[in-house]
Amino acid sequence: MTGYILKRLVSAVPVLLGISVIVFLIMALIPGDPATAILGSYATPENVEKLNRDLGLDQGLVARYFIWLGNMLQGDFGRSFALNRPVIDEVLDRFGATLILAGTSFVLCSILGIAAGVVSAARQYGFADKAITFVVLLGISIPSFFLGMMMILIFAVELRWFPVSGMWPIYGDRNFLVLLDHLAMPALALAVVATGVVARLARSAMLEVLRQDFIRTARAKGVRERRVIWRHALRAAMVSIIPVLGIQAGFVLSGAVYIEMVFQWPGVGRMLVDAILKRDILLVQGGVVFIAACYVMFNILVDVAQALLDPRIKT
Amino acid sequence: MMAFFKLLARNRLALLGLIVIGIVVMLAVITPLLPLADPDVTDTPNRFKPPFSSGAILGTDHLGRDLLSRLMWGTRLSLAMGFAAAVIAAALGSAIGIIAGYFGGRTDNLIMRGVDMLMAFPYILLALAIVAALGPGLMNALIAVAAVNVPFFARNIRGITVGIAHKEFVDAARLAGMRDRQIIVSEVLPNVAPVIVIAMSTTVGWMILETAGLSFLGLGSQPPQADLGSMLGEARAALITNPHTSVVPGAMILIIVMGINLLGDGIRDALDPRLKSGALTRPMAATQVDRKDPVPAATNSLLDIAALRTEFRVRGRVYKAVGGVDLHVEKGECLGIIGESGSGKSVTALSVMGLVASPPGVITHGAVHFDGADLIGAPYKNLRSLRGRRVAYIFQDPLATLHPLYRVGDQLIEAIQAHEQVSKPAARARAIDLLKSVRIPNAENRIDSFPYEMSGGMRQRVGIAMALANGPDVIIADEPTTALDVTVQAQILSVLSDLRRDRGLAIIFITHDFGVVGQLCDRVAVMYAGRIVEEGPTDAVLSAPQHPYTSRLIDCVPTLGGGQRKLSAIPGRPPMVDRLPKGCAFADRCDKARDACRAGDIALVATDAGRKTRCLFPENMERARA
Repeated sequence: MTGYILKRLVSAVPVLLGISVIVFLIMALIPGDPATAILGSYATPENVEKLNRDLGLDQGLVARYFIWLGNMLQGDFGRSFALNRPVIDEVLDRFGATLILAGTSFVLCSILGIAAGVVSAARQYGFADKAITFVVLLGISIPSFFLGMMMILIFAVELRWFPVSGMWPIYGDRNFLVLLDHLAMPALALAVVATGVVARLARSAMLEVLRQDFIRTARAKGVRERRVIWRHALRAAMVSIIPVLGIQAGFVLSGAVYIEMVFQWPGVGRMLVDAILKRDILLVQGGVVFIAACYVMFNILVDVAQALLDPRIKT
Repeated sequence: MMAFFKLLARNRLALLGLIVIGIVVMLAVITPLLPLADPDVTDTPNRFKPPFSSGAILGTDHLGRDLLSRLMWGTRLSLAMGFAAAVIAAALGSAIGIIAGYFGGRTDNLIMRGVDMLMAFPYILLALAIVAALGPGLMNALIAVAAVNVPFFARNIRGITVGIAHKEFVDAARLAGMRDRQIIVSEVLPNVAPVIVIAMSTTVGWMILETAGLSFLGLGSQPPQADLGSMLGEARAALITNPHTSVVPGAMILIIVMGINLLGDGIRDALDPRLKSGALTRPMAATQVDRKDPVPAATNSLLDIAALRTEFRVRGRVYKAVGGVDLHVEKGECLGIIGESGSGKSVTALSVMGLVASPPGVITHGAVHFDGADLIGAPYKNLRSLRGRRVAYIFQDPLATLHPLYRVGDQLIEAIQAHEQVSKPAARARAIDLLKSVRIPNAENRIDSFPYEMSGGMRQRVGIAMALANGPDVIIADEPTTALDVTVQAQILSVLSDLRRDRGLAIIFITHDFGVVGQLCDRVAVMYAGRIVEEGPTDAVLSAPQHPYTSRLIDCVPTLGGGQRKLSAIPGRPPMVDRLPKGCAFADRCDKARDACRAGDIALVATDAGRKTRCLFPENMERARA
């Protein structure tokens, strides 16, 4: 297994390099002189000259890429001019909040989605199946930002169950329960679409598996039906569910942008949108590379989980 | 194509989606012709008018602009953005996919690496990066959304193209001297076009959501022009005081996307052959029973199958897989059931413990008495407690019938623990003994193997060990040796034969091989088209078959050292069990058939001691009497 993990880590290197190339090329699309574009309203002649010197912006595209890559490898993602602080500091400050939000959503969508899919498949064409199918269709059709706004209206303003927005109260304690109170609505709003996607996939994967001969064998042994469904069938279905969970992780991680805007959540997504509107190019560049790299790493975890689950994947 | 539309029309939800989308698109198209207020003229004194006010049915927004008008124009813009993004992404992505798939080799490798890199990004993040570079704006958002969807099309279309690029007609075109560009346009493109259209129809909903999302963040359409996303984004500030300005555009996005998803699901279902054939229905825990006729009485036999009828109901058709079968087996006895594929022998066996896949299987008639109690229609709880404990199964092809992801030991332990409260170590020790009893060498180590790590013969031994786990009274073996080679087959048969002698097991052995029957079985029943055509002691049936089908079947078996004996295949095919003839089902293939054979139902009558035959003109009668 260690060998497999190492192999996957090594294979992530070209992907990470590719990601850096893509982000670099996208940023090279910016029309006009790069230094002026990056500095925006801070483009005094001294600043332009300094930036050209630091980032080699007056050199060719290839040279610029390697200077930028070299800086990143040393932990230097550049400096945000709007915030006047290193990009990496700002990103790391914000990333925790996004991780809490997206992580909770990911757990929610995995558990709820799989449970809904399994129940739906086990009761195919029954009432539960129809109800779940309808809710899932609604879930994958509603824009998360609209859902978030409606949740605020109903559960925060009308019913006063949860705070309207933010991660922490302006005054008062910062403990786990307070966080949970603030987290409930945004995490749920973010999880809904992913839950729907997982539920659909889980349902069809379960239906596929439940027809297999080894399910009949389990029944012929006298294994209880609940165990047949939740152990035998689900275990086999997980082989096709897990890759989709990996995709959904990327979906909640980047979809957090909308939810962070709606719920004033102090995460990376909101930072990115602000940075785009302020033309704070280096902050966007650094933030995107950082999140994408985290996602690549997470996908290695997904692959490892898959290999642990399915012994037929040669390690 | 017409069949496809009919199927789509039958799916009511898809039709609903089609209607919703049709109405929305039509309204969007005629928006400029409608007598609407100017969507961009501000009228601050009349801001935030509630819905159903005079002059503004949906009210006004924070600048006093008519919401209905803005909604219509916004819908128009959002739809246009979504469709445009879908078309651009489809065109670019398909072009890339076709080039990669058609040329293959290094071109393919290089392109697909790039596509993989793009797909390594969390989706929306890449769009944000593109907008960041190009700057916020409607067109830039459109480009961003199209760009992030290019890899999806490229990957899908490449897959299809690879399949087509190696087809004969492409080779023929190449040999005819056509250039690559010509071949792509005239041979490849027409074949991938339907796939492109389907992929577009399933993604256009996403595209609308994503362009709306970017506009919502303020990165798409810029004021005063509004699409549904930016309307929602602007309304957010007044969410609590004037929710209607948010609800109106948000609900519209929901309606559009839901309509598209309904339609997309309908198209997908209509094109999925598995759904049509009912191959995606899940079998229930026990076979459905729909038995109206009186139940036959119990007998003294250990297992007694009486007048059993099992049918498959598939889309209005009824396949009578088992059409009235009577069988019984006593303690320590081995009964063989023999017949061609599709003769109903397996379904008969599976009906005993309610293991026939249902839907579509239904047991409609008869009874299966085990130890005096009827199993057909028995509560699931009783059935489950008997399964594996008193009546156990061995199936064909243990690679498919053992769970691929559990160690064989865990599957054995589970079989034991399903019926007994045993600690795991104790169950494991018993599992090792079981493996030894079916002569698996090195059982202590083999118990931790996965099925895929074992040979076919070893796997089948595990299957037998599992059947023996709870010391059953009856074992039903459904072609357990069919997938194995002859030497392994002989070993498995000797294992079964020993077990039967040592434990007094009753065995029902299903096979299509007379050699196997002769080796193992005391009695044999021959099945044809869902019914028993002949039954009797194995030796008697083999040496003097009475039903023409039995003798033809025996003639099909090659014997070692049989010399020049003519092997004769039986001409024709068994009748379809949804259109059984009125008389003898074998009549059409029988060279002795007369008119009487086709006139009406033929009974299974006793001919000799312990023998029964379903034939008006049985063979070998004199010899049997002699």
